[in-house]
Amino acid sequence: MSKQLILALSKGRILDETLPLLADAGIEPAEDLGKSRKLLFDTNLPDVKLVVIRATDVPTYVQLGAADLGVAGKDVLLEHGVEGLYEPLDLEIAKCKLMTAGVTGAEPSRARRRVATKFVNVARRYYAERGIQAEVIKLYGAMELAPLMNLADEIVDIVDTGNTLRANGMEPRELIAPISTRLVVNKAAMTMKHERLKPLLERLEAAVAARRQAAEA
Amino acid sequence: MTIADRWLLPDGMDEVLPPQAARMEELRRALLDLYHRWGYDQVMPPPVEFLDSLLTGTGTDLELQTFKLTDQLTGRMMGVSADVTPQVARMDAHSLHRQGPVRLCYCTNVLRATADQHQGGRSPVQVGLELFGHAGLEADLEVLRLALGSLSAAGADEMHLALGHIGIYRSLVQAADLEPARERALFEALELKSPGEVAARVAESVEDPALAEMFLALVHLHGGPEVLEQAREAFAEAPAPVGAALDQLRELCAGVAADYPQVTLYFDLAELRGYQYHTGMMFAAYVPGYGQALAKGGRYDDTGRVFGRARPATGFSMDLKLLASLAVDEPPCDGIWAPAEEDAVLAEVVARLRQDGERVIQALPGQRTGPAEHRCNRRLVRLGEDWQVSPLA
Repeated sequence: MSKQLILALSKGRILDETLPLLADAGIEPAEDLGKSRKLLFDTNLPDVKLVVIRATDVPTYVQLGAADLGVAGKDVLLEHGVEGLYEPLDLEIAKCKLMTAGVTGAEPSRARRRVATKFVNVARRYYAERGIQAEVIKLYGAMELAPLMNLADEIVDIVDTGNTLRANGMEPRELIAPISTRLVVNKAAMTMKHERLKPLLERLEAAVAARRQAAEA
Repeated sequence: MTIADRWLLPDGMDEVLPPQAARMEELRRALLDLYHRWGYDQVMPPPVEFLDSLLTGTGTDLELQTFKLTDQLTGRMMGVSADVTPQVARMDAHSLHRQGPVRLCYCTNVLRATADQHQGGRSPVQVGLELFGHAGLEADLEVLRLALGSLSAAGADEMHLALGHIGIYRSLVQAADLEPARERALFEALELKSPGEVAARVAESVEDPALAEMFLALVHLHGGPEVLEQAREAFAEAPAPVGAALDQLRELCAGVAADYPQVTLYFDLAELRGYQYHTGMMFAAYVPGYGQALAKGGRYDDTGRVFGRARPATGFSMDLKLLASLAVDEPPCDGIWAPAEEDAVLAEVVARLRQDGERVIQALPGQRTGPAEHRCNRRLVRLGEDWQVSPLA
């Protein structure tokens, strides 16, 4: 049991880009993840198991040691905090930007600014660092609607192409952080299972490097 | 108030029930006895102190962890002890003021305003020891042996010991002469063990190419004892304290490997925990099944300075609650059941058995539960005038 590795994967778009990378590193799920309703999967390696969970839950699983390592977006990690975690590898997939955005042409108010976001901690930190008083409003989706309905002055959200923003009459403003998907490792697991983890990390790193080269060529 | 509200405990506070409480007490005695046999004197720090003395020289992490209240008598702020290590350091520096090595141990309840991780809770029982007044590696090794001995006493068989040395990072940063904000960013990147982040931070703030190379190497230097050899190469040109730190780790490695061959050694040269107060080697002991270290310690030579006397110091601490959860076996069924009878001879026999250290439970009139429910394996039966202990059928 103690020699087993549990790898927590983020559901959704990240998963589609993670699986080919894992395959390059020699880990393949024993069945099609998309077709099953299971949450815990065997792999081709007897000592590696996969759990597929909500992206926002991955850091929690890894931090508390329920999973030894996990795949999570930097946005989720910034929001969750990284206590108890190592972040040894940038998988360079699902790249986007964490940005502030507002209604096109509108001047951001100088007084208390209302900010709608699901990244509450990130937003608080970001505005505090800039000396802006912000009232952060937690929403779970459709951030672009908040300024239009006069619920907020600005939003903090993931921006990929910016098309959704433009379609709703909004513009991206400040870059908070570039985002990509990271591999995170539990600190206790790194200590106790490093012999098993190190080669796995090296293979993944090689897989990431090979893709980068292929993309540049 | 609903019924649910009446039994609800605050977050992170727990009550300890049988048999766990008995297990904790047994382990507490075993540990304090162990420390006593090595010459450690027990101390009991006050549970509450004035904030300015409680938090002197400890950094912001502990300040966040400390529950605060106002002293009605003086109007000053007080804090509930969240970590007894600085208190014990003060006892050594100020209250005891002895010359030469001083060995102190403790086992005491502390309160934390925030739980560091879910297993810890906010009301751990901190148990550990400190060795003051000796700067040598021999003191560190003694402390390490006792930490591993404590885990063995608690029933751990597979143990992993992570060793690091804060002197490596400290010397490199000193040599690089970074401004505080940039150092902070580099520190955070190293804590994450993220080679990409470290490379980015190094590129923007470290000018000396040789030093930059060393920071980049540092992030990879964790693993088995082979790491020390890799480090020797990577840090060949490093400031002298780095080489000294590596030599110390090598010696500790040899010392532990000789005494505890069953312990797996792990080295992490970029471990930065307790950067604010550690000054030398640091260690953390792990046991499979626990997502956090069970024992943490290391050298912190300057803590006494703020109390008027800087003394070399090394030690470790653990959470007794967490430690006691290592043993999960049920307590043995051992006890003698006496019937609810008024009988002078019976009373005498019961008294004698208890004096001999037996656990004797006398039934109460009308009691419906029997010996099995009370973990008895024997009972007293009448034999003519006398009473005799016989095994439970």
